[in-house]
This record gives sequence, C-alpha cells and structure tokens, in this order.
Amino acid sequence: MNTTAASAVQSIDWLAIAPPTLTAVVGLAVLVADLFLAERHKPLLGWVSMAGLAVAGLFLLPLRGADKATFCLVADGDVCSYVADDFTVAIQLLVLGGALLTALLSLHTVAEQKLPAGEYWFLLLSSAAGAALLPASRDLATLVIALEVASLPAFALVGLRRNDRRSSEAALKFFLSSVVATAVTLLGVSFVYATTGSMHVARVADGLTHVDPRLETLAQAGVALTLIGFAFKTAAVPFHFWVPDTYVGAPLPIAAYLSVIGKAVGFTGLIVVTVRAFASYADVWGPATAVLAALTMTVGNVAALRQRPEHARSAVHLLAWSSVGQAGYLLVPIAAAGYADSAADAEHAIGATVAYALMYAAVNLGAFAVVALVAHAAARPGASTGLRLTDHRALYATRPLAALALGFFLLCLAGLPPGVIGLFAKVAVFSTVVDAGLGWLAVVMAVNVVIALYYYLQWTAALFRAPTPAEAPATAPAGPVPGQPAASPSGAAADSGALPGLVPEAGALAVRTTAPAGERPRVADVTADGVRPRVPASLTATVALTTVIGVALSGAPQLVLHFASGTLF
Amino acid sequence: MSQNVMQLLLAAVVVLPLLGAVAALLPAPPGLRGRDPEQAVLRHGVTVTGLVLALSVALAIGFDYDRAEAIQATTDIRWIPALDIRVHLGIDGISLPLLVMTALLTFLCALYSYFRMPPGGSPATFVALLLVLEAGTLATFAVLDLMLFFLAFEMVLIPMYFLIARWGGQENTAGAAPADAVPPAGPDAPAGSDRERAAWRFILYTLLGSVVMLLGLLLIGLKGGTFDMVALASDNGAGLSHSTQVIAVLAIGVGLAVKAPMWPLHSWLPDAHTAAPTVGSVLLGGVLLKMGTYGLVRIALPMAPDGAHTLAPYLAAFAVVGILYGSLACLALALPTSDRSDRLGPTAALTPARPKADLKRLIAYSSVGHMGFVLLGIATLTPTGVNGALFANIAHGLITGLLFFLVGALKERFGSTDLDQLAGAARASGAALYGRAPRLGGLLAFGAVASLGLPGLAGFWGEMLAMFGAYEPADGLSRPAYLTFLALAGLGTLLTAAYLLIVVRRVCMGEGATGGALATAGAPAPDGTPATAVPAAVGAATASSATPTDQAPPGAPPSDTAAPDTGSPDLTPTATATVSTRRDDAIADVWGHELAAWTPLVVLTVLAGLWPAALLGLTDPAVQHLLGGGN
Repeated sequence: MNTTAASAVQSIDWLAIAPPTLTAVVGLAVLVADLFLAERHKPLLGWVSMAGLAVAGLFLLPLRGADKATFCLVADGDVCSYVADDFTVAIQLLVLGGALLTALLSLHTVAEQKLPAGEYWFLLLSSAAGAALLPASRDLATLVIALEVASLPAFALVGLRRNDRRSSEAALKFFLSSVVATAVTLLGVSFVYATTGSMHVARVADGLTHVDPRLETLAQAGVALTLIGFAFKTAAVPFHFWVPDTYVGAPLPIAAYLSVIGKAVGFTGLIVVTVRAFASYADVWGPATAVLAALTMTVGNVAALRQRPEHARSAVHLLAWSSVGQAGYLLVPIAAAGYADSAADAEHAIGATVAYALMYAAVNLGAFAVVALVAHAAARPGASTGLRLTDHRALYATRPLAALALGFFLLCLAGLPPGVIGLFAKVAVFSTVVDAGLGWLAVVMAVNVVIALYYYLQWTAALFRAPTPAEAPATAPAGPVPGQPAASPSGAAADSGALPGLVPEAGALAVRTTAPAGERPRVADVTADGVRPRVPASLTATVALTTVIGVALSGAPQLVLHFASGTLF
Repeated sequence: MSQNVMQLLLAAVVVLPLLGAVAALLPAPPGLRGRDPEQAVLRHGVTVTGLVLALSVALAIGFDYDRAEAIQATTDIRWIPALDIRVHLGIDGISLPLLVMTALLTFLCALYSYFRMPPGGSPATFVALLLVLEAGTLATFAVLDLMLFFLAFEMVLIPMYFLIARWGGQENTAGAAPADAVPPAGPDAPAGSDRERAAWRFILYTLLGSVVMLLGLLLIGLKGGTFDMVALASDNGAGLSHSTQVIAVLAIGVGLAVKAPMWPLHSWLPDAHTAAPTVGSVLLGGVLLKMGTYGLVRIALPMAPDGAHTLAPYLAAFAVVGILYGSLACLALALPTSDRSDRLGPTAALTPARPKADLKRLIAYSSVGHMGFVLLGIATLTPTGVNGALFANIAHGLITGLLFFLVGALKERFGSTDLDQLAGAARASGAALYGRAPRLGGLLAFGAVASLGLPGLAGFWGEMLAMFGAYEPADGLSRPAYLTFLALAGLGTLLTAAYLLIVVRRVCMGEGATGGALATAGAPAPDGTPATAVPAAVGAATASSATPTDQAPPGAPPSDTAAPDTGSPDLTPTATATVSTRRDDAIADVWGHELAAWTPLVVLTVLAGLWPAALLGLTDPAVQHLLGGGN
C-alpha cells in the first residue's frame, strides 16, 4: 500500500535539477516574449538569456560537493536517473559558462546579421539545457534524450543564416551525419538493454559483469555502437567530416559554441557511458578510445597544419581543425581510464579530461572572440571577410591588446608559457597516459603537440610581425604625414598618449622600411584617432573575460586541475 | 645571514624580473620619466637587472660555503596539489655560480642596451622581454621541482624568439647597409627575413626537444612518486627500473642536448646567433646554453644514475664529435675564402663550407665545440669531470659573452661581421685593430686566448678537468673508449687554438698590404700611406680612450637615436678631431659604456683562471653529493 503510493508520487529535488531546468525555462520564456516584443526591444532578449544562464550558473554553487540525486528508483534508492555530483557540476559549469560567453559573443552577431532574435536565443538556451542535462543523466534513455536536446537546436543554429547557401549546406551536412550517428547509438543502447535488462547506468554496469555467454557478442556490439554517437559529437576521427564545413558555414559564435559545448556533450556522454556503465568492458572501449584519440589528434593537427593562410576563412578552418586535434587530447585520458588499475585511477584520468576541457573552453572561446573581432574590424564593403589568417598579420601594430590576447590564447592551446594553464593541462593529460602505461599514445601525443606548436606559433608569430611596406599605408589611411625631424620614431609613437608598451611599434618599423625620414607614416595616429571601425563592446568584453579567466587559471592552475586529483563521482 | 632573509632574497631574485617586465610595459611614474620614455624604460631595465644582480651577490655572500652541498635559501610552497607541483626554490654550490653569472650577464646586457639600443622595436617591449628572459633563466637555476623546471625552461623561448626576430641584425647582407631593407615577407610564411627564419628555427628545435623532455620528466616524476628534485636526487633512482631510467634519460637528454647544444642537434645555433642582436647572442651563448648542461647535471645524473651510466659513452662520443666538428667548422670559416678549399683539402668537404665567414657564426660554432667539452665532462660521470663541466660552463659563459660583445662592437664599427671583410678592412692601414683600435684589438685577442684555453685564464681549467675526468672515467665505463675520446678532444683543443689564432691574426693584425677597400661605412677610400697613418690612428684612439668615462654619461650622443648610424665615423668625436686633417679611417676604440660592460667579464675570466679553487670549492661538495646520492 505504502509502496504504491510512494511510487506514484516521486519527490523531486528541484535544487539539483535547477541549472538545466532554469536554462530551458528561460529559453521558452524568451521564445514566447519574442512574439510580443517590438523590433527595437529585441536586443533585450539577448540580455535576458544571458541573465538566465548566469542565474543557472549561480545555482551550481549550492551543488558543489553536495552529491545530490533525484529521480531515483523507489525500489532501490541508489539507482537514480539524475545525479548532481562533482563531475556533473564541473561539466555544467563548463556548459553554462561556455554558453554565457557564446551569448556575449553573439550579441552583436544577432543584430548585425539580422538573425531572428527570439529563435536564436531560444535555440541556444535549449541546446545549453540539453548539454547541461547530459552529464547528470544516469540512465541511457535520459542520456540519449539529452544528447538530442543538445544537438537538434544546434542544427538549426548552424542553418540560421537565411539566404546563405553555405549555411544551409553546413546545417544539412551536420544534421544528416548526426542523425545517422544517433541512430547507431540508439541501436547500441537497445542491444545493451537487451543484454542487461535495464536502462540505468548503475544497473547496466552491474549487469554487464555477468552477461549470459550467449549474449556476449551482442553486449560487445552494443557497447561499441553506443560509443559511436558520442564519438561523433566529440568530432573524433573518423566521425569528424562535418566539422570544417559546419564551422565555416555557421555564424561565428555558433562555431565557437560547437567547438566547446558540442565537444563537451560528446566527451561527457563518452565518460558516463564508458567509465560508469561499461566499466567491465574496458578491454573493448579502452583500446578503441586510444586508437580514436591517436587518429583524432593526428588527423586534426595535420589538417590544421595544411591550412593555407591566404584562403578565405582560413582562420576558422584552422580553429576547426585544431579543435579536432584538441578533441584527441580530450579523449586520451578516457582511453587511459580504460587501462586504469582501479576505479580511483580511472577517476583521476577523467578528472584530467575535465580539467583540460575547462581550460580549452575558456581559451578556445577567447580565440574565436578575437577572430570575430578581427573579422568585424576588417569587414568593409568590397573587402574580404576578415576571416583569413593573413588578416591577422601584424595585428599587434593596429590592435596591440587584441594581438596580445590572441597570442596568449594560442600559446595556451599550444601549451607554452606564458600559457601556463595550457601547459599544465597537457601535463595532467600526459601523466594519465604515462600512469596507464600507454607509452605509444604518449609518444603520438608528443608528436602531435609538436605539430600543433608549429601552426599555433606560426599564427602567433604572424600577429607580431612587422607590417610590410605595402601594408603600412593600408593600415594608415590618414596617409603619410610629414614627420617631425627632431622626434625619434618611438618617441613619436609614445607621444600619442597611449601606454608606451602597448603602442604599436609600426612607427619605428615603418621608418626602417620606407627610408626617407620626411615621409614617415605615423601609424600611431591610426590607433589614436577614430579611423578604424569601432568594435562592439560585447566583443571586447568577451575577449577581456576570457583573457581574465585564462590569466587567472595560469596563475592558479589548481582551480581546474583539482579535478584531476579529487573524486568526481 | 638568517635563513628567512636568504629565502626572501632568492624569491626576490626570481620574481623581481617578472614584476620589472610588467612595470616596463606600464607608463613610467612621475619622477622617473627621464629625458624621454625610451630612455626611462631602458634605465628601468638597468635598474631592475642591477637590483637583481645586487640581490644575487647578497645571496652569494650569505651562502654558507661550509655546506655548499646543502640546498640553501629554500622556499617550498604548494602550488598545484593536483599534480603535486610545488614552488620549491633553493640553491646549492652548483646553481649559485650560474645564478650569479646569469644576473651579471643580464645586467651587462641591459647596461649595454642602455647606450646601444638595437634597432627594431619599442624599447619598452625590448626591456620587458629581456626581463622575462632573465626571470626564466634565473628560475631554471633556482627551482627544485621538475615541472617548474620545465616551465622555467620553456619560459625563455618566447622572449628569445622575439629578441631574434624583431631586434636581430640582418644576416649576411655583407657590405649592404644593415637595416635598410626588411625583405618583403611572404604573406604568412613562418619566416620573412633571415632572422625570422633563424628565430623560427630556434624555437622549433628547442620545442621539439622540450616535448620529448617533458615525457622523460613525467616518467621520472610519476614512477618516482614525486616531482621534487631534492627527494628524487637523494633517492638516486632507487624506485626506477633500469629500462625506465634509460628511457627517461634518453628523453630528457634529447631535450637538454638540443639546448646545450650537442652535435647532431646543434644546427639551430649558428643561425640563431648570427641573426640575434648582440645582447641576444650574449644571453643565448652565455646563459641559455648552460640550461641544457645544468639540467643534465641536476636531473639526469642523480635521478636516473643507471640510465645515465648506460648512455654516458654515447653522450661522450657525441660530445667529442661536437668538439671536432665545431673546431673544424670554425677553421673552415676562419681561413680566408680564397685559401679555404685548397688548405683544408679533404676536410673542407666535411665542414659546412659557408660562403660567408661570419664572425658571429664562427663563435657560435666554437660554442658547439666548447659545450662539447662540458658534455664530455658530464659523460665521465666522475666528480672531476662534472666539476670540470660546471667550471667550463661558467668560463664559457663569461668568455663567449665577452666575445659576442666584442663582435657586436666590430659590427657597429664596420657594419659587418664578415671575417673576410674585417680582414680586408685591415689592409687599409696595414695593421687592423692593433693599430687602429688597440684596446679593442687587445680585448679581442684576450677573449680569443681565453677561449682557446690558455692556462691562467678561465677557459683552461674546465676543459682540462673534463679531459682529466675522461682519463679515468667512472667505474664500469669503458676506459679505452674514453681514452680515445680524450685523445680526440685533445686534438680539438689544438684545432681550437689554430682557428682562434687565425682569427686574431686576421682581424687584429690584418693581412699584408695588398689592395682591398676599407669597409668603415661611409669612409672615403684611404689615401694616406700606412706608415704615417698608423701612429696617427693610434694616437687618436688612445686619446679617445684615455678619457673613456667622460663619454659614458647617459647623454652620450649616439645613444639618443633608436637606430644608431652603424659604423659612422663621427661617432668618435675625439678621433675625428685629431685626425680630421688627413683621413678618417681610424675607428673608435673602446667606448666608456663598452668598457663598463666588458670589464667585469675580463676581470672574472682572469680571476677564475688564477683562482679556480674558489669556484671548484663551491661546486665540488655539491657534485659529490649529487653523484653519491645524498649519502
């Protein structure tokens, strides 16, 4: 009597599910509000969305270390569908923080590209809600649903640019390949369900330890197929083909979003499935993930290396491919977890992935923000898109702070001081592989780090290159001004009132390139006056915010690296 | 001095340059503005590096010399508990000399740049990069945590890259006006000009080695259970299997050998040196190379002794090849272009016969040879050899620093460092530097004989001890093999002497009186007869150098311009005043600021040569301690 009554009314821990729920609710509210808002008030929707994401993020605070669980089986209170442990909170922080930064990055894009505001914010928030739900889901059905909630809005977001053939093509490509992957995952899940008789991760893990020998093959096939859907989301090779076209076709903030949150969705799903559900099949998914990781980083980095800087949109192409490479590093600890001797070792390995992902999220979003900034500045009627790597040449001369920020982000991605956090995140990943005894993977990763260093550094070096004579007049539309014979070039640059250290050196260099002192182009003037297009405050804010996060993490790497040592589940 | 004060001193030595770097980028506070922002920031660089030098000297004074093997002035703070990384600083007899030398060389470089800011970019950025570079090198010698060591090791790369790529001289544009044409770079090729290519190569090579080294460090740290270098050194590889040790030493060794540089991995060095500005060359040759050998002594030898033992003969072999290769390459560069092929005969094919005999390149190759001695000393695994290696480290730092400064001075005066041109320039007056700038010539000769290892100067002891160690290598190492290495290294010293003397003869004395125009930029063709020219030039030179300090004040005329007109004759007011009636191919002798920058190096070279016990007494206990595994 009592049991039936209790099973009919589930008690729900609203606090535990607040972050994804709130995100979804705000998303719906924005969609509805869009109908009643006048056109000029539409920008308000963006701010409401950002506020919603921020509040949802704040709800993570009470969840820290609380280990809440809800939607549990009545019969067995330990088997729950939704668990808010440290892992969940860390990933939700990544997702909500990443979505918040994406939203900040989107503010001007929505306005400028005339994207439908209501739909845009609704889709972004729903996708974020799905992504936030994913790490908490502890049954396979919720997992797949969360995966779809995170993905379906993303297809629409990619294709949101109306009248843009490339955008629709990208969306279609993304959609078709994603749907196939999901179908395969569903098939795998059904196989697993067939062998274990349960959807709950805890029960599946238990059931797989004593599978009927006749169903052994089915179970193995189920495990392998389930992984594919998540590998697809992570953009692991060979499921990566959608990445470059999709990133290039999508609005820039959405590309940034996919590169960070899209990947987070993939690897959290992988972690939940592999480490939690299929722990006893580590000998199947361990080597598979290791090979996947090696392939992913190699293909991604080699392709990034082959990008030609002068091609249109080469900056986005490079970031897209490099994100494939980075996905490889994210997979490495998961593979190492498959070789771990104990559950604690596996958790440490997973922690390295989480730490790396948090670093990657901040830094990659920052890099996208600077690319957006440069594109925005370069975009003039008749000019290029501003998305080429060549548009970043000598950026330091025109926008020293943006160049410094991008240089910092790239060095973080490369793992080189001053990008201390990038270095230590890589160290954490490396240490998991060495711990697991996967020597070959460590070597492959080392080679990849070197390849990646090559193109990241190339880009960084280009930022600080001196402007060539041909470019000097282009960056100084004011034209050559007669120089004051008395003042030395650097003195002239410093005279313009800006910080001496951050003042472009172009003045000094231009003198060396175009000899006669009388025709000295004072490039410094360009930075001082209002010739260059104004950068939207939201873009600047995104760059500033990500820089602050990156610098803070570099000073105190423990902030993210403690995931690599503590217990997550 | 109390432990706390020492601790603070060391922490300040490491942190101060970083703070200084940040401060260099900010506008100067009122009261410190100086004449103009440029001068203020350069002065800031001198102040900060001077302060660091003072602190490191204080550290050396407070150092307890009776316990030179003990780690002193330690700081040990948790930084990243997740990876068990601690901010662990400390110095012992091995790191203290390197620390002081780094502080000294950087200070001298800052001082030199104050008067001779290399053209290329804003001084603020230059000073900031210089300070970051200093912080990185000082930290490398002061940290006692493997991961921190790696971090510090990597920290120097970016500043050095920009120093070479932005402030470097044009490579091998012999005769052409140096800074006029920045070659049009391809859209985004990694390298536009030679120096950018050289810088690019430098960073790529080192990074390639570093990543491998990181794997080795992780292997040691994870298998040994800690990243703490003191704990690992006193474990003496106890917790590591033989194969782990071999792999770890191999991986770490590759990373450090690129930096050192060891023979087949050295090819980034000559280009980087040739392209770097004077200050960059001094720091690269004087300090950065030492990080590699220091790492071998500090990490590979004590932490994985079995691995080091297995790989030592190979290291010795490579080191000896490096010695021979370096000296042969130098010889090929030193000989006059016309004679080179026929005099060298078959060896010419073996050596990289570069068309341009650049003096900077020559010193870079000689570094390969000298560092070969250091590596040989380390590879003997004996206290004698390792002490010799550490001594040679310091000696090479001082001497190479001096030589690069001198070559920089030559370049400034002649607009080129091409040896053929310098020798040709000599013909004009019959006797080059000795006649026209006797102090400069004397210093160059001094640097050269110190470098070739004249007894009584710093260069002698280190190489002697290294070879002495090779005479009787550690137990278990093949003695015949080491005796062969010893013989070959001995041959190397002869070759070294040969090429350095050739250089001195060609640059300082000139080559006969046949033809050849003077390369002093802008100077008219010589018209006077050598017989009368020499005394006048000498007179002018001595007159100008008689009052060197008078020209040294901050207001020295040439230091105002960002891009000094290299080699222009009117840089020597006194000289022109004296000789202006006849000819002005006389060149400036040592200026005051140059004297200030070089004197400490000369004095220390002599001191270390005459009183080697001071340094050896410092390193020996620490080396015994490290090799003996802290027992």
